[in-house]
Amino acid sequence: MMKRIPLLALAALMLFAVLPLAACHGSAGMAEFAVPGEFDTSKDIEITFWAKNDTNITQVNIYKKAISDFEAAYPNIRVNLRLYTDYGKIYNDVITNISTGTTPNVCITYPDHIATYITGQNVVVPLEELMADERYGLGGSELRFDAPTKEEMIPKFLSEGVVSGRQYALPFMRSTEACYVNKTMLESMGYELPEKLTWDFIWEVSDAAMEQDADGNFKVNGQKVMIPFIYKSTDNMMIQMLRQKGAGYSDDDGGILLFNDTTKELLLEISKHAEKRSFSTFKISSYPGNFLNAGQCIFAIDSTAGATWMGTEANHHDIAADKIIDFETAVMPIPQFDPDSPQMISQGPSVCIFNKRDPQEVLASWLFTQFLLTNDVQISYSETEGYVPVTTKAQDSAEYADYLARAGEDSDLHYSVKIEAAKLLIDNVGDTFITPVWSGSASLRDAAGSLIESVVKSVRRREKVDDAYLEKLFSDTASLYRLGQGMQTAGGKKELGPLPGTARALIIGLAAVWVLLGAGAVYGLVKARKNEK
Amino acid sequence: MKKIICLMLVALMALAALAGCTKPAEKDEDAKGEGVMTHAEYIAAKVDDPVVIETYVQAKQSWWENKATLYTADKDGAYFIYNMTCSEEDYAKLVPGTKIKVTGYRAEWSGEIEVAEGATFEIEEGNYIAKAVDLTDVFGTDALIDHQNEFFAVKGLEVVGMDDGAAFWYSYDNSGEDGSDLYFKVKLGENEFTFTVESYLCGADTDVYKAVKELKVGDTIDVEGFLYWYEGVNPHITSVTVK
Repeated sequence: MMKRIPLLALAALMLFAVLPLAACHGSAGMAEFAVPGEFDTSKDIEITFWAKNDTNITQVNIYKKAISDFEAAYPNIRVNLRLYTDYGKIYNDVITNISTGTTPNVCITYPDHIATYITGQNVVVPLEELMADERYGLGGSELRFDAPTKEEMIPKFLSEGVVSGRQYALPFMRSTEACYVNKTMLESMGYELPEKLTWDFIWEVSDAAMEQDADGNFKVNGQKVMIPFIYKSTDNMMIQMLRQKGAGYSDDDGGILLFNDTTKELLLEISKHAEKRSFSTFKISSYPGNFLNAGQCIFAIDSTAGATWMGTEANHHDIAADKIIDFETAVMPIPQFDPDSPQMISQGPSVCIFNKRDPQEVLASWLFTQFLLTNDVQISYSETEGYVPVTTKAQDSAEYADYLARAGEDSDLHYSVKIEAAKLLIDNVGDTFITPVWSGSASLRDAAGSLIESVVKSVRRREKVDDAYLEKLFSDTASLYRLGQGMQTAGGKKELGPLPGTARALIIGLAAVWVLLGAGAVYGLVKARKNEK
Repeated sequence: MKKIICLMLVALMALAALAGCTKPAEKDEDAKGEGVMTHAEYIAAKVDDPVVIETYVQAKQSWWENKATLYTADKDGAYFIYNMTCSEEDYAKLVPGTKIKVTGYRAEWSGEIEVAEGATFEIEEGNYIAKAVDLTDVFGTDALIDHQNEFFAVKGLEVVGMDDGAAFWYSYDNSGEDGSDLYFKVKLGENEFTFTVESYLCGADTDVYKAVKELKVGDTIDVEGFLYWYEGVNPHITSVTVK
């Protein structure tokens, strides 16, 4: 059963409270990491790995097996696993632990989040030197396992770990979003699934599916409930729509471009369909897969890493078995404005290493990080969902090719929807993009999604959504997410934060002196005038 | 005639005096204020309709960045208030029993009827804590949904164990660890149910969390909790007593 987590939507805001502390701690504490000449295998080293899973026991077991196998190769290293099911919670905890100097050693994370972590000096270890090290680097001579070389890392995925010009993260898994389509229902309406989905097509079909009979049942499914189009991540929805339109979102230096005319046009279009109730979101209505599997949704957009929840034969379900209908699921790239030039987001877990005073501890962390890139871990983890491995070593292996080729053989390991979702990304890697990463980019992402959520809620509540509404929404959103208020970029721009107590005392003192001087001047003037009289 | 008039006057004065002696009418704390819905009206409202309710805090589930999630009730029924706008300072004031007036919109999320995110509230005079409603005979019937979000009790449940034979799991598929939600299955009559210890509502340091970790398959237990809904009944348990 998936869980709605209330903590995370605004987790990014916490960084504004903690960041100055984090920055101070980092600058006061850690020296820059240098790769030791030798890994000391005689010394017991304990490291902590904060790992994210999709509330998926198979993924947890893969982490545990990876740790066990790694510890067998390096008996002097002990890896403690801490499990998370949400990136935002990891981010939140890392921020808290930076301020107390108790970060994990290895952490699954997003580059957006790393951009915040690195505002503390030497908090996160840059990986170039480690990657290139002949003995312990990628595919190094002293490794006790078969790691990929740098050339075997898929360049596009590797480049996504570059933050502020440095390689602070390695990719662990990659996914994108897919549109899971109830093809059976679509065709029952007289439509044919096009080769490539467009926004116009989805809006048209969604609106058409809202027709009801005299009893209030939707004609398309004979049920009282129908939401033809549901989007899980409205952050991604807005980001990808803007990208496809060639409109602004943010620049590389942290400039906020989100609040523009194209965004307004998109929101007005979305509002029309939300008003008809032909479009809704996860936050407002619940998981797209629940509606899709119950025959209450035609287009469900969710991560390819959510593929095992989609379709009649999905092996994960939150709804009762008797509510699941029989239908054919088509796995399509997300809708496009220009199908000849498709654009879709690249996402998925990355790994970073936190700096520690003991370089041997950092080196042990690096060895474990590399172990996560071995074929055994890469292939087994990617098979749990619609993920793809991040190395050509894994992707080109006979084992992985066999896995892909057996799509549909069963509804578990070879579940067709899951494998189609993975293939979708493999076939479209060149069409994927990421957004600029800087400290605060996580907040901008939340803001982008909140624009859609707000507009959808408002029209459902019969509020008028027009230009004046959108102007106010932009202003309120910028304020709520603290956008454009001196946000710090990973490129070195500074957020000054609250003034130190000494500075405040100095200013108060100066003000007091000015008041006294003023009072003295007034007194002197009055006295002089009295004397004149 | 004069006597009659005098007697009438005396009688009137006596009546007036009696009226004056009677206790002034007590303020009815349960009476709904102007513009406030009854529980029945709240339930009857459509999704996205504006709602105004007066209700009493029964349990606090979570607070984060000025958003509070609460179980509340009045004497006619219960409410779930999701991510209500609330400062940390005000959250501290929302002890069980506190009367609040909540203004927001009605929502439904996977079957759970709730006051939608972003509602506002004010604290009012009054205090009420609902007693647990015994739903032993109602579990497994269609009438159960009428008790959504109520504080309830069920007696004489048998712990039947999870798919691998364990008495409970961390998370719904055992992918969690200590501190995650706990899931356990119970049997009542011919029906089996999955109960949850929601870690935001009752964390790892609470008695109920510890008690569930001590359960054994075959135990007979009484439980109390809130009747949360997620694609069907998904009770959030707050106490467990092993018989």
